[in-house]
Order: sequence, then C-alpha cells, then structure tokens
Amino acid sequence: MNPVNDTICFENVSKFYGEVLGVNKVSLTLSPGVTTLVGPNGSGKTTLMNLMTGLVQPSRGTVSVLGLSPSNATEFFCNVGYCAQFDSFPRGLTGFQFVLDSLMLFGMSEEDAYHLTQESMERVQLSNEAAHRKIAGYSKGMRQKIRLAQAVAHHPRVLVLDEPLNGLDPMARAESLALFQELGRQGMHVIISSHILDEVDRIADRVVLITGGYLIAQGNIHEVRQEVRDKPMQVLIRCDRPDLLASKMFAVNHCVEARLHADGNGVFLRTGDIDEFYRLLNEIAVEGLVKIEAVAPADDNANAIYQYLIGSDGVAS
Amino acid sequence: MMQQSVGSAIGTLRQQPWSLWWIQARRLSRIEIRRNLFTKRAWWIYFLAFIPAVIIFIHLLFDPHSGQNMGDDTQVLAAIVQVYYVRLGIFFGCLGIFSRLIRGEMIERSLHYYLLSPVRREVILLSKFFAGAVTSVVLFGAAVIADFVLMYVGYGAEGRDYMLHGPGFGQLEAYLLIAVLACLGYGSLFLLLSLMFRNPMPGAMLLLGWEAINPVMPSLLQKFSVASYLRHLMPVSVPAEGVFALLTVETEPVSAWVAVLGLLGLIVLVLTYTCYRMRRLEIRYTTD
Repeated sequence: MNPVNDTICFENVSKFYGEVLGVNKVSLTLSPGVTTLVGPNGSGKTTLMNLMTGLVQPSRGTVSVLGLSPSNATEFFCNVGYCAQFDSFPRGLTGFQFVLDSLMLFGMSEEDAYHLTQESMERVQLSNEAAHRKIAGYSKGMRQKIRLAQAVAHHPRVLVLDEPLNGLDPMARAESLALFQELGRQGMHVIISSHILDEVDRIADRVVLITGGYLIAQGNIHEVRQEVRDKPMQVLIRCDRPDLLASKMFAVNHCVEARLHADGNGVFLRTGDIDEFYRLLNEIAVEGLVKIEAVAPADDNANAIYQYLIGSDGVAS
Repeated sequence: MMQQSVGSAIGTLRQQPWSLWWIQARRLSRIEIRRNLFTKRAWWIYFLAFIPAVIIFIHLLFDPHSGQNMGDDTQVLAAIVQVYYVRLGIFFGCLGIFSRLIRGEMIERSLHYYLLSPVRREVILLSKFFAGAVTSVVLFGAAVIADFVLMYVGYGAEGRDYMLHGPGFGQLEAYLLIAVLACLGYGSLFLLLSLMFRNPMPGAMLLLGWEAINPVMPSLLQKFSVASYLRHLMPVSVPAEGVFALLTVETEPVSAWVAVLGLLGLIVLVLTYTCYRMRRLEIRYTTD
C-alpha cells in the first residue's frame, strides 16, 4: 500500500454548526497505532471522529482516511469501524441479530456473516446467552460491548472509538484495552477518545490534545511533554537518602519543588531545566553520598500534559 | 465529442458495483419491512387501513342485501376509496410509515448505524422507500381487497358473478392501482418532508390542504398533486355535493396512462431530490 494511503489526514479542517464552532483549522496526520484524543467536554473530540467517518461534513478543508472519502461508502466502511457514543439501537433486536444485520449489509454470504458475528462476540467477551437476548434488557456495559462488537466485526483497518470504556467494569475495561492494544500492534489505526486517561495513556502510541475546537498538541506523549518546556517537569528518584538528595537539588535555581514519596524511599523533584537537572544528578551519584536506584519521569503522561495545556484535571473530559 | 462523453458516462455506470448494491438493497429492505410491518407501533396504521372493512362487515351482518342495492354499494365503495383512502387513510398511513423511516430513526438515535455501513446513501434511501412502499401497499391493498369482497359477498351468487365475471374485477384492479400509486406518491413526499423538517406534521397538513384545494388551481399546478392524478383513474365516478365535490371533482380530463406516467414522473422527481438531501444529511442527534 502507498504510505500516503496508510494515514488519516485532516487538512485545514473546520466545522461550524451554524454559528457554533465544532473544530477550527485542524491539520493532522495520524499513522497506524493507538491514538488518544484528549480534551474537555465540548472540545471537539466527537466532531473530529464524526468528520473522520462522514457523519458530518467539514465546512472547510478535507478529510481522508487511508486515501478514501466517506462519500465512497462501499470501500470506505469496509475499512472503517466506528463505535459512536450514542447509546441507542434499532428496536426489538438481540445483540446477535444487531451485529448480524450490520454484517449482512456488506454483501457477504449469510454463513460468513454468522461466523464473523460469533467471532466478534468472542472478541468482546459477550457470552452466547447474552448475545441472544434482546438489547433492550442489556446493562450499560453490555450495550457498550455489543457496539464494540459491531464496530470490529468486519475487521476494519481503522477503528474509531468514542468513549469506549464508558460503563465497563474494571475487568471488561482491562480486556477492552488489551484488545485495542493488540489491534494497534497488528498495524490498525485505533482512535480512542476517553476521559479515563490513566488507562488509555498506557496503550496510546500518540496523543492528540484538543480544546475549544483547536488542536493544542499532538504526537508521542513523551515528545509532547518535551514540547511543554515552559512547565517544570517532575521526576521521581528512588534512593536510600531522599532528604539529602532533595536538599542538594533544592540548592540550585531550576529545582522548584521537592516532595518525599509516601514510602520514604524516594523523592519527587520538579525542575525547570531537565538537562541541567540530569547533569547534577549524575554528579551526586558519582559522589556516592546518595545511592540512586531508579529515575523516572513522574508527569510524562497524558494526564499531566492535559493539566498543563488545558488546565483541567483530565478526569472530567 | 458528445458521443465520447455519453460513452464515458455509460462506461462509468457499467463500472459501478450494481450486483452488490442489489444485494444490499434486498437485505436492507428485508430488515426494514420486518421493522415496519411487525411492530406494535404500527397498530394504528392497521386500524386506518381496515376500519372501513370492519364497518362494511358490520353492515353485512346486520343489513340484508338485495340486488337493487348493488349499484348504491358500488358508489359507496368508490367513495370509500376516493374520499377515505386517498384523502385520509393512505395519506395518514403513509405519513406514519414513511416519515418514520428516516426521521424516526433520528429520533431514536439509530440512523448512524446505516450511515456507517458500506451502503451508498442513495441505496439506503431507496431501499427504505421500497420497504415503506411494500408495507403500505400490503396493508392498504389488502384492506381494499377486503372492502371489495365484503361489499359484494352479501349478494350471494349475483355478487360473486359481479366480482369475478362482471365489471367488479376491473374496478378492483383500478382501486388497487390507485392504492399503489397513492402509497408511492404520498410515501415519496413524506420521505422528503421527514428529511427536510424535524417535525414533518406541519408540512403534511400543508400538503393535505394543497391536495384539497388543488382542483381549483390552474392546470399547471394541478400536475403537482397526487390526488389529482388518482382522480383520473377512478373506475366509478362519485357524485358529491357541497364541499365534498372538491374531493371528487374531475377537472381536466386526462387519459389513464398519462395520469399514471405523470404521477410516476412526480415520484421520480421527488425521490431524486430526496436522494440529494440524503447525501448531504449529517448526524447531529442533539439538534435533531
């Protein structure tokens, strides 16, 4: 496949709902893997996903997914699956019928559709008994699972998931995340918007930060964190004498905060100059006064970046 | 030059996946017919369709039939078709069936499943229209047949002879053609209205008014009315007085085939524009 056609491209895309701004001047290129869309309520995450899947059309600019346009529905939706956040279904169907009916519209044989429906039920861990019950009697978590089953049943190359973890219990959440991660590893595009950032963060290859309809930052989480240079970075250092390390570090200008770890075997240090920080840390280690066991960035995750850039806690997305 | 562009257009048409669209249309229609016909919410449409049959049946049970009344009953049946079915029963039945196809799914927030399927929006729309047409034709066609049979069965051998060997059978064919065309005509209009307006009811009321006053309109405007075409297909003329004359009056005499083709042309025109609207449709349930 042509590399250009392996990406999702937004070129200067704007969407207005009357006078209300959806997203504005978004230019974005997403390569395969797991991408997390992060932003507060009304920031434009769902609009981006709806633009990606043709449920709404851009007021300006162009969107292409793997070089395809949603106007070519036949080819486009064989490659794209969208698990929207609308918690509603056609009336009177069982979960199995719902997925089977969707697959039948792909033009495949009934036998193939039946086989794929069963496979998708297994992928989302929905029991056979539950699959043959009416959706109207499902719990929220089961409805979420059946929507996910419908979105992945035809083996799309692009999977768009709007708040896919809503309503799932911790076990189902972990299973879903493992599925998303596996799909990402297989070379699929998995685009996820979620407000449970801690979980999604662990499997995301890249993050797209959006607020007020504007794209704030995008890229690998660590790269994005590096871009936020005006914000001090927090580092956790595991060592035998955290109080001594804190006092030595605090003596220099760039170190702005020190906090002992709850277990007493480490210290969180916040610095405005990470390069100078690591240089000094090396010197202390060489001196041998403090035995350093581990060093790790403590705010190099989507939640922290979210706080820095958007000014919210990342939970109420 | 002209030949080249026509040739290229034909080539493009040939390249389209017609067989896939055909399979998708069949399957989508099947799903939709199942939803339309076998749902509790359709009870009132069954009621609209079969209430005349129930009344005729009661009449059959309690009122003895004699051969002299058959002419009157033929007039009554013609009035039921022209005044009740065309003006009310099929009109409101189709409003219920066809406006639910798109707008109903938007209200229930389930339309996006179709729009996210690998089916062209035109195929979705036309399949839904076909499913609505099948539903309404089955209901109202069956109702017209029931009315017809119940109307004449009380006359015994004379009635059977009228139905099977006399003019009755031809009249039934004409009534069924009227019912089919009325379902298609009103169906296409209500499908369009449901795409244009959040609440298609005010538009439907305007249409009802338009259909009522259409006979007094200039002949050009009469071409934009379903009922005006159907009037020309009535096998039995219905004498009416006062305001009811407006519902049955035949204005410009038009041959049956012109009426049928004219109405089919109107339906194609409306469906073409509806396809255009469908292609531009956006899913914004919060504002819908």
